[in-house]
Amino acid sequence: MRSYNINKEKEIVQTRNLISANMNSNRLMIYIEKAMPKILFVIALLSILTTIGIVFVLITETVDFFQRISVVQFFTGKTLKPLSQNPEFGVLPLINGTIISSVIAMLVAGPIGMMTAIFLSEYASDQVRRVMKPILELLAGIPTIVYGFFAFTFVTPLLREFIPELGATNILSPGLVMGVMIIPMIASLSEDAMSSVPNAIREGALGLGATKLEVTFKVVIPAAFSGIVASFVLGISRAVGETMIVAIASGSSKNFTFDLTQSMQTMTAYVVEVASGDAPAGSTLYYSLYAVAMTLFIFTLCMNILARYVSRRFREEY
Amino acid sequence: MDFKILTGLDKEKEAIDRQLVFTTQDLNLWYGETHALKNINLPIYEREVTAIIGPSGCGKSTFLKTLNRMVELVQGVHTSGRIEYRNRNIFDKNFRVEELRTKVGMVFQKPNPFPKSIYDNIAYGPRIHGIKNKEILDQIVEKSLRGAAIWDEVKDRLKESAYGLSGGQQQRLCIARALAIEPDVILMDEPTSALDPKSTLKVEQLIQELKADYSIVIVTHNMQQAARISDRTAFMLNGELIEYSDTDSLFSTPADQRTEDYITGRFG
Repeated sequence: MRSYNINKEKEIVQTRNLISANMNSNRLMIYIEKAMPKILFVIALLSILTTIGIVFVLITETVDFFQRISVVQFFTGKTLKPLSQNPEFGVLPLINGTIISSVIAMLVAGPIGMMTAIFLSEYASDQVRRVMKPILELLAGIPTIVYGFFAFTFVTPLLREFIPELGATNILSPGLVMGVMIIPMIASLSEDAMSSVPNAIREGALGLGATKLEVTFKVVIPAAFSGIVASFVLGISRAVGETMIVAIASGSSKNFTFDLTQSMQTMTAYVVEVASGDAPAGSTLYYSLYAVAMTLFIFTLCMNILARYVSRRFREEY
Repeated sequence: MDFKILTGLDKEKEAIDRQLVFTTQDLNLWYGETHALKNINLPIYEREVTAIIGPSGCGKSTFLKTLNRMVELVQGVHTSGRIEYRNRNIFDKNFRVEELRTKVGMVFQKPNPFPKSIYDNIAYGPRIHGIKNKEILDQIVEKSLRGAAIWDEVKDRLKESAYGLSGGQQQRLCIARALAIEPDVILMDEPTSALDPKSTLKVEQLIQELKADYSIVIVTHNMQQAARISDRTAFMLNGELIEYSDTDSLFSTPADQRTEDYITGRFG
């Protein structure tokens, strides 16, 4: 017993000595520990500076553009003929094309994505969820060029069976396919938001005699609202910023129309068309790229601000 | 209240005196392979506080949650035997769980208000059961909050989030939420285990007041609490109902050795 105590004391002293020895020897660690916040700050700053740089270039080039074409003309012009003898730079056809394709996409992705999320979060068993969610997220990894190709060679011919007047290039088909592309994003993010609502809250509602549907729509969705809004905004941003699908399947006609069977061009597709053509640097055509890009940027910026406001206004914190 | 030990004849007399809300016959319950409740036969009487005590894992919460079928939210649960609520088999296909849970309300171990305003928390139950009229809702909200002895503390902040309340207030809010749909029975699953002594006292006083209008079944870890507030007590151990009688005699002259060991603190 006594020897045991002596051994025990020895062990205690040994451990303490080892630790204090390490404490003094690790000077380097102390410096790293102190420097780390600064290093991390600089790295974080890097991405912010990059963003600021991009916005700065956008603004300066856009200002150049507006010295040639008036702001009013740009934003109210219904014709866009950048390559004609008498070029006209009205951005409305592009805005129109962007909004229409995004609206079609969200009409597909919003309801289907939401219902998928509700199923996965509230109704599916653990096994089903474990299988379905990764597959869904895999879908999000398909390159958009594949979707574009799919829209052009499969969906458009299929739609023409039902809508004979549909053009070979049209806004409807890429809009729908874009919706399909966005479904996994909305479903997955909304599902995350809904599953993070604590079970205790669901039980509280069930304990009051609520049905599963009432729990879902009157407790879970309101509680997950800010996350759901965020998923929709990301979806919309994705639709607005999507390029390849519309560039391939909607052609490059700069029509200002609401007829979904016709070809339209979006802002992104215009940038691709002009940038991949040979627009001489310094020409109005070249600067128009920046003006359109700036418009696109302001578009998504407004959307983010709106979403932030909406999700804050209706947030139910738990 | 002065109860005798409930044996034979007395038990029958009691049943005549007081209506039964629940009768349980040979109730067995399994979580997958685990046999969690074994042949439980336990009557619950109207307008009384019935306490269920026992060490952790003895199945007391499971039994409580079986009474409003909340236990079925756990995957792989199956049961045998019968539970009758006012002479209706609660496992009957024609008895919708939503109807059962409307009549048999529940207060949980941790306060679980909805992430909504105080008002909307209380109005949630009446609303899902179709009450839309604003005046009636206002009435219900006030009555329920008064009923749960929290009205004076919250009447000026009904539109504020329930999450701004203290733990004890949140639990009384949850009791008010249960009261708002005027249930017949209120099940309480260790309602004070997450609360400080002062809040616990308030909730206990509240339970005493509530039994005039509602039948209450409370699961508690705290034997003193059971002795203080209940009329009858059931002692459970390893999924079995060991002893059930009126609270005074269970604590003063327990019939079973295991009950005596538990209430005198020899284990648990």
